[in-house]
Amino acid sequence: MNKHVSPKLNRRAFVIGTAAVGAGLAIGFDLPFGGPTVVRAADGSPEVNAWVVIRPDDTVVIRVARSEMGQGSLTGLAQLVAEELECDWTKVTTEFPSPGQNVARKRVWGDYSTGGSRGIRGSHDYVRKGGAAARMMLIQAAANDWKVPASECTAVNSVITHTPSGKTTTYGKVAEAAAKLTPPTDVKLKDPKDWRLIGKGVKRLDTPDKVTGTTVYGIDVKLPGMLNAAIKDCPVTGGKLKSYDEAKIAGMKGVKKVMKVGDTAVAVVADTFWHAKTALDALPIVWDEGENAKVSSASIAKWLAEGLDGGPAYVGNSNGDTKAALVGAAKTIEAVYNYPYQNHATMEPMNATALYTADKCEVWCGTQNGEAAFAAALEASELPAEKCDVNKLLLGGGFGRRGQTDYVRQAVLIAKQMPGTPIKLIWTREEDMTHGRYHPVTQCKLTAGFDADNNLTAFHMRISGQSILASLRPDALVKGMDPATFAGLNAKGDAPFGYSVPNLLIEHSMRNPHIIPGFWRGVNVNQNAIYVECFMDELAHAAGQDPLEFRRKLMKDHPKHLAVLEAVAEKIGWSTAPPQGVYRGLAHFASYGSYVAAAAEISVIDGTKIKVHRIVAATDPGYAVNPAQIERQIAGSFVYGLSGLFYGGITVKDGAVEQTNFDTYDSMRIAAMPKVESIVMPSGGFWGGVGEPTIGVAGPAVLNAYFAATGKRIRSVPLRDQNITFA
Amino acid sequence: MANLTINGKTFTLDVEADTPLLWAIRENAGLTGTKYGCGIAQCGACTVHLDGVATRSCGISVAEAEGKKITTIEGLGSGATLHKVQEAWIAQDVPQCGYCQSGMIMAVTALLNEKPKPTDADIDEAITNICRCGTFQQVREAIHTIASA
Repeated sequence: MNKHVSPKLNRRAFVIGTAAVGAGLAIGFDLPFGGPTVVRAADGSPEVNAWVVIRPDDTVVIRVARSEMGQGSLTGLAQLVAEELECDWTKVTTEFPSPGQNVARKRVWGDYSTGGSRGIRGSHDYVRKGGAAARMMLIQAAANDWKVPASECTAVNSVITHTPSGKTTTYGKVAEAAAKLTPPTDVKLKDPKDWRLIGKGVKRLDTPDKVTGTTVYGIDVKLPGMLNAAIKDCPVTGGKLKSYDEAKIAGMKGVKKVMKVGDTAVAVVADTFWHAKTALDALPIVWDEGENAKVSSASIAKWLAEGLDGGPAYVGNSNGDTKAALVGAAKTIEAVYNYPYQNHATMEPMNATALYTADKCEVWCGTQNGEAAFAAALEASELPAEKCDVNKLLLGGGFGRRGQTDYVRQAVLIAKQMPGTPIKLIWTREEDMTHGRYHPVTQCKLTAGFDADNNLTAFHMRISGQSILASLRPDALVKGMDPATFAGLNAKGDAPFGYSVPNLLIEHSMRNPHIIPGFWRGVNVNQNAIYVECFMDELAHAAGQDPLEFRRKLMKDHPKHLAVLEAVAEKIGWSTAPPQGVYRGLAHFASYGSYVAAAAEISVIDGTKIKVHRIVAATDPGYAVNPAQIERQIAGSFVYGLSGLFYGGITVKDGAVEQTNFDTYDSMRIAAMPKVESIVMPSGGFWGGVGEPTIGVAGPAVLNAYFAATGKRIRSVPLRDQNITFA
Repeated sequence: MANLTINGKTFTLDVEADTPLLWAIRENAGLTGTKYGCGIAQCGACTVHLDGVATRSCGISVAEAEGKKITTIEGLGSGATLHKVQEAWIAQDVPQCGYCQSGMIMAVTALLNEKPKPTDADIDEAITNICRCGTFQQVREAIHTIASA
């Protein structure tokens, strides 16, 4: 099943190969590396298979291909392997196999991409099979040693027992022999009812180093003889570097080299980053900003507004004859919403370290997609795959930003100009804020029709704005249409619309400004959930109905959506009056294979200060691998989502991003944190994502509560721009 | 050159007097547990203790820190024994990406030194660090757990 990827591939072949494998068909145990040649880990311990290394002291090293950026799937994926391996959880440790190793071993670890909430849902099957196959081999090795049938042996907690005789041994004692066995071909997974570790809220495996400052993030890499680089890329995307006056910084302390990076950037390399940054700040630079310098937020907004009323559009979901139904409606309601650019603002700014020599290019970085970082290293170094590798480190936040590899490319291009010297490139916060891969900008016109009895008969949603895929993954467009735009709005699939309306039309007028968009935690869910769920609230009020009852009537065919909505309504006490001065709002949505809902309780001071007291949130991710971490992802997603709602506006002036740091692009602090009460309600039978789905429902729940409190409908994000803040 | 006392040790560092303390700690003293997040004293990732007071090390110079007792996350516990805040962080499984947590822990430690049983309002006022992963709920719970021990 593995797509063979030649070790001498060029970047294009590599990318195609990566895409073709898609959802991770590579299975790490079915490759012919059993037999007399044992594959060994760096410390000499035997690999039972690609996923499992067992040391003589019974330590279990579980290989994790996906990245860890705080979302916890390092621990969740280890749980999946360990569940089937039947190992002692207290002896589990993890490591990241490098992308170069993956290529050299025919993608034995499958897909490295860590985004779209797919870390677990995209690899649960083959990683569990990896654990199960390793268990079978370890049992077989013990049985061979005892000269008994394997069927008479069982394994629990890393101990193998021959049931009839009571003889026991441990995984560490038989791992060497197990590694020499031919891997099994028929691997059965446990019935979910027999899970012992999956479904348990075990503690994260990566916490201890994070509280002592010993975790090494990309920015902390130290290599012998390493120098540091600071960089400035053209402030206007599409513009170029024209010139710089190196003489003006001659003799500045610690400076080793000033260099052009590609066509658009200039970097200073120095002994320390502080010296590099200080010199770069003093360097006179002339940019050729190009045509895009004419673009502003106002010009973008005008262009998008023109897409709301007519012209070509891609249809994402439709049934009935919506336009005719609206003409014939007894009453129509219309509203226009908008959602801005937003920066990821990971706490750790972008950075990467590269060492280039004529026959090797090595990179150290935090990345959400090790294979894409590897491909970037190949392309920038112009070296073949077997001469490149990427060492993956823990990420100081990702949220989608580190799925892109612009910073890796820059680091390699810098290192290439100083062969033999490792160079760490660090972006300043200002560089990071102004050279993001921003949440795309959109506007949306929603029009609904009612019959004379206040039944919703028609729903027309027309989105005008930016496509992420058109910019970052044009190969994924479908006849020009960006299917990702319709997250949560689809007729079927893993992000389905939660309502049945007799006449439905959801369409997208694609308009792509020059600002480069990116996948920002939740991605298109963020705006779509606000558009749909705030407008549904408007419709309920227009129909004179309770927002829960109004929705419920439209959700008969969507029981999973309805179940989470009813769960939050019940827990927040929707059927009873809130405390004096407190107001409630509801929202639900489905994306990344999971069904989520939120109910918010807020109070509003002077119409401009919002105190979010409480958010009840429910998620049905099918199977819940680690409920304790899911609760943390839910609460955390609301911090990210509400920060976006209140503060998250990136604006454009003269073609460049205006915000430069947290003083102009703020983020929620603990004082504004509501109490989040999570309901994790896995209904079983499917694997949904966790990191992203809930992010979209806090915003509309709060906005709907704001309407309940004030009678005023907010249709524009961020609230900062309407002088509304956290109380 | 500057003489800095960090975690009880004296470092003689080849830095200019106006170098931000953050970069002297990270690049010259080699203690990378203290993080760079913004450089303008907004986010708190670089928080250290200066004579016991939580201080954003990106916002003060080496010259201002000379002669003061600097404590970083690496020096918070004593030897192999973790500080009670670090212990609570593990017990509560607080960190997500963890990048802001050095600064968060230093800020919380300073708060608890001053107010061993802080109210929610005390926490809201004293802890203004940014955490983009959004660990605030666990941070608050961990503080109250320590306070009630």
